[in-house]
Amino acid sequence: MATMTMIEAIRSALREEMARDERVVALGQDIGQLGGVFRATDGLLKEFGADRVFDMPLAEAVIAGSALGLAVSGLVPVAEIQFLGFTHQAFHQIAPQIARYRYRSQGRYNAQVTIRTPFGGGVRTPELHSDALEAQFVQAPGLKVVMPSNPYDAKGMLLEAIRDPDPVLFCEPLRGYRLVKGEVPEGDYTVPFGQSRVTREGGDVTLVAWSAAVQLAERSAARLAEEGIEATVLDLRTLVPLDVEGLVSAVEATGRCVVVHEAPLTAGFGAEVVATLQEEAFYSLEAPVARVASPDTPYPIASIEDYYIPSVERVVDAVRRTVSAK
Amino acid sequence: MTAHPTADDPKTEAELDLDRKQEEVEQSFAGPGERLEILSPDGTVRPGAEVPLSTEQVRDALRWMMLSRTVDVRAISLQRQGRMGTFSAVRGQEASVVGSSFALDPARDWIVPQYRELPGVVRHGFPLDGYLLYWMGNPAGGRVPDGVKVLPLQIALAAQLPHAVGLGWGLKLQGSDGVVTTYFGDGASSEGDTHEAMNLAGVTRAPVVFFLQNNGWAISTPRTKQTAASNFASRAEGYGFPGVIVDGNDLFAVYTAMQQAVERARRGEGPTLIESQTYRMGAHNTADDPTRYMEPVELSGWDERDPIRRVTSWLRSQDAWDDEAEREMQAGIDRQVDEAIESAEAFAPPNPEQIYTHVYADPPERLRAQQRAALDSH
Repeated sequence: MATMTMIEAIRSALREEMARDERVVALGQDIGQLGGVFRATDGLLKEFGADRVFDMPLAEAVIAGSALGLAVSGLVPVAEIQFLGFTHQAFHQIAPQIARYRYRSQGRYNAQVTIRTPFGGGVRTPELHSDALEAQFVQAPGLKVVMPSNPYDAKGMLLEAIRDPDPVLFCEPLRGYRLVKGEVPEGDYTVPFGQSRVTREGGDVTLVAWSAAVQLAERSAARLAEEGIEATVLDLRTLVPLDVEGLVSAVEATGRCVVVHEAPLTAGFGAEVVATLQEEAFYSLEAPVARVASPDTPYPIASIEDYYIPSVERVVDAVRRTVSAK
Repeated sequence: MTAHPTADDPKTEAELDLDRKQEEVEQSFAGPGERLEILSPDGTVRPGAEVPLSTEQVRDALRWMMLSRTVDVRAISLQRQGRMGTFSAVRGQEASVVGSSFALDPARDWIVPQYRELPGVVRHGFPLDGYLLYWMGNPAGGRVPDGVKVLPLQIALAAQLPHAVGLGWGLKLQGSDGVVTTYFGDGASSEGDTHEAMNLAGVTRAPVVFFLQNNGWAISTPRTKQTAASNFASRAEGYGFPGVIVDGNDLFAVYTAMQQAVERARRGEGPTLIESQTYRMGAHNTADDPTRYMEPVELSGWDERDPIRRVTSWLRSQDAWDDEAEREMQAGIDRQVDEAIESAEAFAPPNPEQIYTHVYADPPERLRAQQRAALDSH
């Protein structure tokens, strides 16, 4: 197996699927000649030509909306929106149009569209480039929301996303693109949606996270181990569908839980995790479930973002309080 | 129908006033470009113009126009009786919708509608009872039968335009010669999606006809408050393709403009914007009250330009229409509409199960659990 970065794993999934299925086309801003601002589509234009890889006008709504039309015509589009923060300009196409096309047409049409988009902070981007907006899309029934944390999952879940008959929002952690490396099989494999994964086992507390926050949870768990607190880390991997069973059993095993995410606290997906545990695991809980999230402020300008994104210190602090709670 | 003044029958002051008002309305539409007109309001063909359809085709088109008007009347009545939800009538725009749809081939061309194109989508294969079911609030009305090349009705203004462009572009990439026509209004043209879609269509030379029904009003906002431009068709130039203006109450002119646009798209030359200058002779929908913003004189002025009367006048001049023919056609239409209403009302009422169906191809466990819980409590 080769060791790859996240971005290499994503590129390898795109290349292999475009070679395997000639209906698959890629569209987005700067994805052709430039290979995408993060080079996720590097080389695809040369390999597959301008009839498969489309450099689009700078207009997010029509990137998303035309992808729906391309899907109805019989193609399988994979659209790139350059940053999740820019999906605001396409939200009306993604949530009320793409997500509910199957429903509105009573199953006659489906939008087999994958929308890839980097998100999250920690790399000193200008404004609007780092926002973690995943919870907004979770409220768009019909859409799947996929949040890979590592190269293996990124490739296997992108292949799953492209083949999924339903539309998928595929969020890629910007900070992890080159930082996170891992072993990735050559060739075809898929990672099914709705199956969380325990990345580290410990009996004292369960840390629940997704995407880049998984690495944060793992670093926090390593620090906690030094002081004798053993944490399980659960990577949800997909928010829709949500692996309720995996979540509940991972938390029941320890009786304590801290949810970690990059999005602002209020009505972030962490709130959904807590509510689910309250309904499904209440009698196993030995302490209130804590959340470590970003504050309810706009994503700040680069020089102060380190105070904004959850840190190992904040996670460790929350875990100490949770573990000592009677 | 109102009587037409003649030379022997001089116009009254009120009628002259109406003429002036009418002229003002017409001028509010006029732009620098030429407007394609073939069939005059009095039913005569303009000198030098050609009738693009056979008499038989014109009778067929008239039938679709009359069907549409009949459905409007019946649907509004059903809405008032509580048997139908909100309904958007076509009245006044029949020539615009029917004339354009007549240039399309249902076997290979697609219609991407908004929600005021009943005779067009029904002619293209969308069942009339299904159309009524949609407005009656039954989810089954959203289902376009397999093989019928129509996308679902669209409520979010202009949101369908990017879909139409993607569809046309995708057909072209796959070697089909199908053409996609999408309908929208003067109000919808202010939406960002209209700009983004037309821009992409120009860049990709997608086989798309943008059929803008300028019906004068976006609910209560008049055309003059929608844009400072003198017309909508001229926008096409900014996107790199032709824009044409057509008298939207003139069946022959609409058909001619549309046929040229469809042929152009089929030849691979890309999109066209058609601005069909027509008039919504009534409310935006059954929840609207046009007396709050439309002058009565304006409404009656447009009555004179009724697209249906214009076509019947022409057919009469060809000795191809008379009162008997009209009675016969209307009787057939009434039967057809009665049957469609009956069929829609006899359709199985929606059941709670349908809330959960067709959200995903394979519902996530969480949704299945919600469905089980909800159905158990019913």
